[in-house]
Amino acid sequence: MTATRFIRVAWLIVKKDLTIEARSRELVLTTLFFAVSCVLVFAFGFVRDQNPIGEAAAGILWIAIAFAGTLALGRAFERERYHDVLHALLLAPADRPAIYIGKLLAVICLLAVVEIIIVPLISLFFQTPIFRHPWLLGLLLACGTLGFASVGTLFAAMLVRARSRDVLLPVLLYPITIPVIIAGVRGTVLLLQPEVDVIMVRAWIGMLVFFDVVFITLSLWTFEPLMTD
Amino acid sequence: MAEPGVSATTAKNAMISGHFSDDFDCLVFEDVSRYFGRMRALSHVSFSCTAGEIVGVLGPNGAGKSTLLALASTLITPSAGGIRYGNQGTHERGGNVRANIGMLSHDTQLYPELTARENLQFFAGLFGVQDPASCTEAALSRSALRGRGDEPVMKFSRGMRQRLALERALIHDPKLVLLDEPFTGLDDLSSKSLANRLRGLRENGRIILLTTHDFEAAEGLLDRAALLWDGELLNVEPVTGSLRDHYVNHTGKVAGTAKVSR
Amino acid sequence: MIASRWFPVLAVIAMVFFAGAPLMIARAPYESTMGLVQKIFYFHVPAWIAMFLAAFVCGISSAIYLFKGKKLADHLAVAAAELTILFGLIGLVTGPLWARKAWGLWWQWDARLTSALILWMIFVAYQLLRQYGGPGSDKLAAGMALFGMANVPFVYWSVNVWRTIHPTTNVVPTLVPGMSEAFFWCSAAFILMFILTLSARVKLECHRAAIDRLYLSLDD
Repeated sequence: MTATRFIRVAWLIVKKDLTIEARSRELVLTTLFFAVSCVLVFAFGFVRDQNPIGEAAAGILWIAIAFAGTLALGRAFERERYHDVLHALLLAPADRPAIYIGKLLAVICLLAVVEIIIVPLISLFFQTPIFRHPWLLGLLLACGTLGFASVGTLFAAMLVRARSRDVLLPVLLYPITIPVIIAGVRGTVLLLQPEVDVIMVRAWIGMLVFFDVVFITLSLWTFEPLMTD
Repeated sequence: MAEPGVSATTAKNAMISGHFSDDFDCLVFEDVSRYFGRMRALSHVSFSCTAGEIVGVLGPNGAGKSTLLALASTLITPSAGGIRYGNQGTHERGGNVRANIGMLSHDTQLYPELTARENLQFFAGLFGVQDPASCTEAALSRSALRGRGDEPVMKFSRGMRQRLALERALIHDPKLVLLDEPFTGLDDLSSKSLANRLRGLRENGRIILLTTHDFEAAEGLLDRAALLWDGELLNVEPVTGSLRDHYVNHTGKVAGTAKVSR
Repeated sequence: MIASRWFPVLAVIAMVFFAGAPLMIARAPYESTMGLVQKIFYFHVPAWIAMFLAAFVCGISSAIYLFKGKKLADHLAVAAAELTILFGLIGLVTGPLWARKAWGLWWQWDARLTSALILWMIFVAYQLLRQYGGPGSDKLAAGMALFGMANVPFVYWSVNVWRTIHPTTNVVPTLVPGMSEAFFWCSAAFILMFILTLSARVKLECHRAAIDRLYLSLDD
């Protein structure tokens, strides 16, 4: 009984967020544009012989995802804070972690759209053969984005009622998600080598999966106490 | 758990997706205090409301009215004391209690980008209403917004948003209805319509707790008035005669004393 | 925490330990490759030990505060977080000083040092949240500390694997018998200092909370 209620509430929230997004397109467009600007800025920042450094491509990809993700998370929850809708959501009879799952899935959909655009763009700018192992790359990006978003959604939610929330979100989020960035960047670098060390890439993906499981569980566990005053 | 003998309650419980929720007949505040650091919002408040009455919470700005409502809605927990829903002493604050609470707060709590219909359907589904579509249509008719059901809420006027927000708060037919300054922004006709709506809810055995500054709109509506001053409950008495006189009589004494206001 | 009558006794013992530390360190034998510089290790590693202890205490008490709501756990978490930052700072300053003299570089991304830096930053973030998050930030910070604790194995593993691609010299030399006495002496000194400062800071927090309560009861 409660499981179906949980899934129903999470689904309602995802549908609601995607509907709003489809209508206003605010988050998608601004986050996408910001990610592209990020890539450009970093491409100009890391140069050798007047050309962007090919080896920097992996790092720039994940930094762009992290920065764009932070922006998207902040805005996604600002929508709930505006007109105080979050309190109406918290009054729903369903288990509160369902709200967390709903917002998490919505943020992941948004970041997926951004990544689908950014990855080919990076391949273009840096002339890197990023698509040689598309499935591994896709898995790496999926697990990494999930890890980043799972912690980010919880922090963004809990900071809704805090002061200085705009600056505190990155301050809290980046130290915790350093393992995700390390795994993502190292995995991507390995995928760009002429001889791909598949075993090592799988090891990084394995760590990311483990990270995702641990931190989603922890977030579900702590969501209720962190959201009640 | 719900008493099985009463048919009205079982019918209503069945409405909440076949899962029995905790129904209750009264709301009891037992020596409740709420602090924010060094600031006292509420201090040793004790009172109770039963089904089929409208209780108004009156007081000057900063008296703690909104805090009291937030505590009753389970959004905030008391720093001291407890709140009981029903005679069985259900301190449990889980989803079952929330299923029976509806709150209309200061902000409209609606998504501006969604249409009125989408907003109501979303909240109906969220609160476990069995048939969200028909409930939404009924709510739209009640608030005279049927013609504008497919317009985004950001295009609505203040009064229209308030009417829609009221429907959102009541969409799941809650037992406990909490309203924070519901008459703000409503014109004369809407105020009267809201007052009649609340009287109807009272006939249906709901517990209604509201805060207001608008004595004219609430005239003749309140059964009892709880007077808050500086976080303390002065008294909770039945209202006889003019609401404004009732208020002035009881608070005049306090305002005149040497109590230093913070 | 520590009863008032024991506090001066332990404080004196701690001072004796610290006074004797230079003697113990001087008596310890020189390490073969690095000479005198290596002796900073006797303060560097105990500082890290104290930092990890503090981080651990903060994590556990944050979990208790978040799920059980005990105010004392929150006081303990605040105190432990500040000490994590303090002892971490000692470790972060002594580390590069040692590295500069021993290997000519201020910082060379050693796995352990990097992991410790990340953990230190998590607790600086904790402190920033507490200070600038406004009311209610005590619970949010407890959540942050809990996430930080859960992160430790991931940080260590990922930094370690990342570093094995670029092998570096081993920072911590093996303990020759003559060195272990000095090492344990200094470790004991730091741990004792940790316990004392933690106790004093927790007491300060308890007093602050008591003043708030008195303030509130003023009008009752």
